[in-house]
Amino acid sequence: MTSDPKPSDEKTGFPGLRTWRGVYTFVLITFALWIALLVLLTRMFS
Amino acid sequence: MNGLDYTILLITILGIAAYGTWHTRGRHTFKTYLKGSGDTHWFVIGISVMATQASAVTFLSTPGQGYQGGLGFVQFYFGMPIALIIIAAVFLPIYQKLNVITAYEYLGQRFDLKTRLLGAAVFLLQRALGAGLTIYAPAIVLSKVLDWPLNATIIGSGLVVVIYTATGGSDAVNATQKYQFAVIFAGMITAFVLLLVHLPRGLTLSDTLTIAGGMHKLEAVNFSPNPGQRYTFWSGLIAATFLMLAYFGTDQSQVQRYLTGSSVRESRLGLMFNAVFKIPMQFFILAIGVLLFVTYQFERPPVYFDQVAWNERAAQNDSRALRDIDSRFTVAHDREKQELQAWVDARHAGDAAAASAARSAALQAHDQVESIRKEARLAVDPNDKRNDTDYIFITYILDHFPHGLIGLLVATFFAAALSAKSAELNALGSATTVDFYKPVFKPAATDRHYLRASKAFTIFWGCVSITFALCLSLAENLIQAVNILGSLFYPVMLSLFVVGFFLRPIRGTAVFWGGLVAQAAVLILFFTVPDNRISYPWYNVIGCAVCVCVSAVIQFVLRSAAPARTV
Repeated sequence: MTSDPKPSDEKTGFPGLRTWRGVYTFVLITFALWIALLVLLTRMFS
Repeated sequence: MNGLDYTILLITILGIAAYGTWHTRGRHTFKTYLKGSGDTHWFVIGISVMATQASAVTFLSTPGQGYQGGLGFVQFYFGMPIALIIIAAVFLPIYQKLNVITAYEYLGQRFDLKTRLLGAAVFLLQRALGAGLTIYAPAIVLSKVLDWPLNATIIGSGLVVVIYTATGGSDAVNATQKYQFAVIFAGMITAFVLLLVHLPRGLTLSDTLTIAGGMHKLEAVNFSPNPGQRYTFWSGLIAATFLMLAYFGTDQSQVQRYLTGSSVRESRLGLMFNAVFKIPMQFFILAIGVLLFVTYQFERPPVYFDQVAWNERAAQNDSRALRDIDSRFTVAHDREKQELQAWVDARHAGDAAAASAARSAALQAHDQVESIRKEARLAVDPNDKRNDTDYIFITYILDHFPHGLIGLLVATFFAAALSAKSAELNALGSATTVDFYKPVFKPAATDRHYLRASKAFTIFWGCVSITFALCLSLAENLIQAVNILGSLFYPVMLSLFVVGFFLRPIRGTAVFWGGLVAQAAVLILFFTVPDNRISYPWYNVIGCAVCVCVSAVIQFVLRSAAPARTV
């Protein structure tokens, strides 16, 4: 069994994030930023 | 609620339902009824996935969770971005390539019929019970608004959702979810703004944050490694990743949402939309709960937020005892309010020592208030199987919001309930038809026959979930109850797929028995080990690990000689 999608599906359609790896990295960076902000909030008001 | 509220409520709900029916008119074949027409844009998929998860339970119960437990619950969603990336990269292309209607079809192709039936059966059991929980949310709203007994509103709102789903199908769910979500979000943002505008007199935003922080409501991240604590950074990052993988990757109610995409790209982007926006959304809803908490420290709330249950109890010859609890609560709450005011005054005066002393006194006074609230809870239900936190937000809305807006927010909860519940029932109907009825009982019937069967199963599961809701008594609040229930069954569902995707030598018989052993292990864990030793998010990791290990051992023992099937 292979999991390769069709070639047309590989394009993300976003100018700055042309590969899916780029999209996933963007999501992970956003996630890390959210955690940093939440940690900051916790430290500031505890 | 007055006439204006009822008018807005009726127009919103009927408008959404009518649009869904009109939009999908004449488009129903068996496959489009179940899977949609396959041309859904990624943004609609993203909203649909979000709305299916963020049911009325989320909007009703999460502010209550924020009120009671603070922001810590947001950690439960830390696993979501990781899980969604794994699903987008691994699960989704396989589902699309195999062109499956239900996720469990994959199990049949990779393993065998019995494993497919096991996956589908666990899903049906879990989702039917889950649907019983989600039906609670609109019923709570109706019960509060109309002052009707909860059981009557469970039956009423349950039947509305069943009819809506059975007549509309998956496309109707998708077509209306974006509008429902718009109503929901408008309502939540309005609630947030109004709470900020109506902060208690003399209280700045900085004071509000200081009070909330001082009373431990802003502890959003907790790095404790203790598995007995439900919501920590680690349980969120590790255990919840497994839960989210199972929910988004193997639960048909979600898989069905993103398989409606016209391509892998659309489905992937829909999932990534959720990976980015789910955490801030949950944070925002919990923050509403924290604002409610601070507001109710300065304004006397009901001692027990479920006033219908409280009044019912009072009518059963307990009114004197309840009045006594109520008056003691008034005194304790007044004292807490004074201590908090002293804290704020000391803060404004720049007197750190006085502020610290006032904070300690306020915390003591708050403990006293909470202890009386617990007495009230026990007075309503001596077995302590009822929880009033789900009623906090709706109580605030009905008491404080202007008319018209009340109607909009009540419509919001209904809209959310309608979307999530219809998606669940639709998925239950699909899985029963595709995974049980078709392969086991009626392999060669017409498309029209399967469509009728699927609608009949949707109605059947709707009735099962209403019956379950009527038998239920919740010690946890709704949002936690839903996640606890999921954690009892998701480990097995996930592990069947994990073995299928990543452990190719393992065959159907091994994973089938591995799954059963894992299910037994999780249930034993739940019933024998206290939650404060191993909290429920970890069941997902333990159950999955048990299934993988037991399957590997059984496969080794069987020493299957036949080559692995490929699909």
